[in-house]
Amino acid sequence: MVLVQTNESVPIATDDDIVRVRQRVRDTAVSLGFSLVDQTKLVTAASELARNALVYGLGGTVRIETLLNDRRSGLRLIFEDHGPGIADTALALTDGYTTGNGLGLGLSGARRLCQDFELVSRPGEGTRVTIARWK
Amino acid sequence: MERIPILKMGQSLLVSIQVDMHDRLALSLQDDLTQQIVNTRARGVLIDISSLEVVDSFIGRMLANIAAMARVLDAQTVVVGMRPAVAITLVELGLSLTGVRTALNVEKGMRLITESGGMEDGAGSDE
Repeated sequence: MVLVQTNESVPIATDDDIVRVRQRVRDTAVSLGFSLVDQTKLVTAASELARNALVYGLGGTVRIETLLNDRRSGLRLIFEDHGPGIADTALALTDGYTTGNGLGLGLSGARRLCQDFELVSRPGEGTRVTIARWK
Repeated sequence: MERIPILKMGQSLLVSIQVDMHDRLALSLQDDLTQQIVNTRARGVLIDISSLEVVDSFIGRMLANIAAMARVLDAQTVVVGMRPAVAITLVELGLSLTGVRTALNVEKGMRLITESGGMEDGAGSDE
């Protein structure tokens, strides 16, 4: 069973907010005692997904949750936007694929940097990406 | 507006990124550096990222862009001081920074620039 111990919501509306998301995720990862490498992976994944929510999702929010199951603590991030959504999620997860002018590594890279990854999107309704790392 | 300072040292430009950059700041650094290479006729660009706790795909692309633009303008770019945790994360993210030269610290980076610059200068220049 997974227990959500704390959660906070951070808006993503400007590129200053991407910096703020990085800082909040870093602080939370530090407070949970994640190693420096794990902190860096979490913050980097958060930065990619926050930028996606801003650039492709036209803004959104991230919920930062600290988790506890029977043995370990974890950090979960839920990015949500109400943008145009993704028609082909498998294609969107392909390295190098982009509909903008980025490198096409945001989603696929974020998936590699975390242990749990879920992408839910409906065209016209928005996108939700959930990632988690466990200690 | 906030700006990252660019210092001139001999024939090189030196940039030390000390803050967590938002995307616009990264883009303005890219523009400023390109302009400064032309204005100062710099042959080398040294970018110190030892203070950066995170290099995501946006910053990675900025570094690659700077290196590519500098090359076109006949200057060499060396990125120095990447933290080990950042290097591990970059590779896992899928970013290999192709075309970007790296060195462990400023001193080694400067040597890379002067050595290769010196060889080219010896071939034809009288400065």
